[in-house]
Amino acid sequence: MTSRLTLTINNRTQQHLVADGTLLVDFLRDQMGLTGTKQGCDGGECGACTVLVDGKPRLSCVTLAHSVAGQSVETIESVAENGRLSRLQAMFHERLGTQCGFCTPGMIMAAEGLLRANPNPDQAQIKTALSGNLCRCTGYVKIIESVEAATNHG
Amino acid sequence: MSAPLEFTLLHPANLTEAVKQMQAHPNARLLAGGTDLVPNLRRGIGAPDTVIALGGIDTLNSITETASHVEIGAGVTLAGLLASNLPTRFPALQAAAEIASPSIRQAATIGGNLCLDTRCRFYNQSQWWRKANQFCLKLDGDTCHVAPKGKRCHATFSGDLAPALLVLGAEIRVENAQGGRWQPLAQLYNEDGLDHLTLAKGDLLVAVRFPTSETRRSGYLKSRVRRAGDFPLAGVAVALTRTGDKITDLRVAATGTNSAPLLFDDFADVIGQPLSDAALTQINKRIGQAIKPMRTTNQPGLYRRQMVAALSKRLISTLYEQGAN
Repeated sequence: MTSRLTLTINNRTQQHLVADGTLLVDFLRDQMGLTGTKQGCDGGECGACTVLVDGKPRLSCVTLAHSVAGQSVETIESVAENGRLSRLQAMFHERLGTQCGFCTPGMIMAAEGLLRANPNPDQAQIKTALSGNLCRCTGYVKIIESVEAATNHG
Repeated sequence: MSAPLEFTLLHPANLTEAVKQMQAHPNARLLAGGTDLVPNLRRGIGAPDTVIALGGIDTLNSITETASHVEIGAGVTLAGLLASNLPTRFPALQAAAEIASPSIRQAATIGGNLCLDTRCRFYNQSQWWRKANQFCLKLDGDTCHVAPKGKRCHATFSGDLAPALLVLGAEIRVENAQGGRWQPLAQLYNEDGLDHLTLAKGDLLVAVRFPTSETRRSGYLKSRVRRAGDFPLAGVAVALTRTGDKITDLRVAATGTNSAPLLFDDFADVIGQPLSDAALTQINKRIGQAIKPMRTTNQPGLYRRQMVAALSKRLISTLYEQGAN
C-alpha cells in the first residue's frame, strides 16, 4: 500500500506518496535523489547510511520512511553552509579523514550528531559515537583526528 | 534500489487501537525501533501482510517511578534509558550501553530488546544463502543444522537487557483484548529457538518494572567479536548483597547461551559465606550445568561456555570487592 508521508527533509517540509514498506534510505536516494546517503551492508552493521532524525543519528537502512513521519531528516547534502564545506567536512578534507569516501557521509552525520549534543567531546566520546561506523580504508585514526579538529578545542 | 517490502503499515494511536488491530490481523508483525525486524524482513525472514507500528503510542514511551516500582515503557529507546538516571542507580542496566551501536540505540526499544528474535548462523542469512543450505528448522526447512539429530531449534536468545532486568527482579506488563497482567520477566521465555516467547497471539508487551527498593550491587559483562554493533557471544548479569564479608544474596543471569535467558538464584551453599575461589567454582558449576552454548555462532560453544564462567567470576568478584552494601 502507498500512503501519504509528511516530513521535513533538509529543513524543507514536504509531502510525498510513499509505499508502506519503503526504507528511509531508498526513499532518500531514489525518490528524493539525495544519493549522498550510502547503502552499505544493508543490515544496520556498517553505519554508511547514517542520517540525522530530529538531530540524532539514525540508520536509514533499518528505518522505514513512514517511521519518521512528522520528523526532521537531515542528510549529508544539508551539511555544507552556503555552498562551502562545513567545519567538520573541511577537517575531514584537511586531515585526510576520507579516502575512498563511501563511509564518509555516514561518518560525518554520526560526528555531526555528536558535536551538536556535545561540542567538546574527548577522544573516547568520539570513538564511542563513531563505533557503529565502519571504514575499510583509513584505519580510523585520521577520522578521529578529523572530528577532534572540528571540536571547539581542536 | 532494493525492492520495497510488501506490507500494509498500520499506525495505532493508542493501546486500545493497537490491541484491536492485533486481533483483526493475527499474523501482523509489530514494529517498534525496527532494528531487528527490518533487516530480518529484508532477508526474507517472514513476509507479513500487515505490520503494526507502535511508535505513535505515547503511553509506551515513558519512565515512571513510584515508592514501590520503577516502570519503563516498552517503547522507551535504549538511548532514552541511558539518558535517564536509572543505569547509574541500577548499574546492571548499563547493559543498554553495550547493545548494538549509538545510532541503533536511538531507535531500538526496551520491548524490542526483550522480545528480540533468537539468532543463529544458519538463520540470520539472506534468502539465497538459506536456500542453498536447504533452509533450517526455524524457517522453511525441517532440519536444525546445529543439532541435525535433535528435534528442536537451537537458535540463541541474544538480548542484553533481559539478564540485567532478570537480576533486578523485573516483571513485565502484558496487555491483550481481555485486559492486562503483570508477570515475572522469566516467564516471558521458552527454551525453544522456534518459539522462544510465551506471548500468545494478541498479547502486547507494554512495560517492564522492578522494585525501587532494589539495593543489590549489580552489573553486566558481555563477550563479543566487535566492540560495537554486535550481539553477545555470552553475557552475564549479576546482582549481589554483601553483608560484612558474607554474600547474603546472589542472582546471576546469562544470555547468548540458550534459546532463553537464564536466571540463577538458588545458590544456597554460597549464601552466608565469604566469597572464595571455592565459592566461585561452586557458582560456575551450577551455571555450567544449565547453559548449552551450541554452534549457533562462528565461535565454538566451548569458548562461549568458558566466557560465561570467566565473566561471572570477574563480575561477582568485582561487585563483592566494592564492599558491604
